[in-house]
Amino acid sequence: MEIRRQGDTLEIAELDPFLAELLRQVPESTNPDGVEAAEKRIFSAPAPADEHELCTEWKQYVEPELRRIFRSSTEVVAADLKMLNGSKKPFANCTLHIPIRHADAWLNALNQARLVIASKYGFTEGELGDHYRSPIGSRRDLSLFQVNFYGFLQEFILQEIQGHPDDST
Amino acid sequence: MTWQPLRGRGEVVRDGSGESTAVVRLPFTLALEMPELEQETREEDLLDVPWQVVVHNDPVNLMSYVTMVFQKVFGFSPDRAEKHMLEVHREGRSIVWSGLRERAELYVQQLHGYLLLATIERAR
Repeated sequence: MEIRRQGDTLEIAELDPFLAELLRQVPESTNPDGVEAAEKRIFSAPAPADEHELCTEWKQYVEPELRRIFRSSTEVVAADLKMLNGSKKPFANCTLHIPIRHADAWLNALNQARLVIASKYGFTEGELGDHYRSPIGSRRDLSLFQVNFYGFLQEFILQEIQGHPDDST
Repeated sequence: MTWQPLRGRGEVVRDGSGESTAVVRLPFTLALEMPELEQETREEDLLDVPWQVVVHNDPVNLMSYVTMVFQKVFGFSPDRAEKHMLEVHREGRSIVWSGLRERAELYVQQLHGYLLLATIERAR
């Protein structure tokens, strides 16, 4: 895999089918439904538990807006990912182009996905910091790899935004 | 406010110099009743207490991401943003802003939009 900036686009080239599949799973991975820990983490409490009124109002008025923001980011990412489906050869490497104006949406969706996956599997800080863990022998290992791969992409996008402060939307 | 009628009338008062002053005595008195305070509905000190925006440690969020969010939301310099990020990382939490409740809520909402673990708390 090669990742670089080309003008107003971030290019992820030579994506092998495995990594391309992990990228395709970004939108689906952002969904916390059915996993209480993930739902709690994505929509975390805005105040200590004794601030009942504040927490109740938050659920009623702020959470719907947060859901809208998260959904909007995921939709942008899902639309960008459609270009991965263009290859007619089933096991060919492919290239993904991310417009730089979509950087914030990608950062947000990748973060949602990482948080949801980490909550589902209850990864510890030690596991999350172990970037050299291998081989992938279980679904849990694969999910940890997925979290770290998405984190790597986030780092790259951040570097590109910080190098060009006007890019972020 | 209540009033109570009194028997009264005008009269002339004379002092030692021989001059006289007319005094009118009202046939009632005015009495103001203080309202009874049955229950304090809002503690006065809460109006003045500042609120804090606290960011909590989260092993998933990248350090560089948290630093970027602090710069975006609060307009911190890179150095100040990094200082708060490291405080979150090492101490488990950092107070990133304090002031009026309404503004603090807005900041926490923005931080949640970036998926940071943030709460609004009363300054003790």
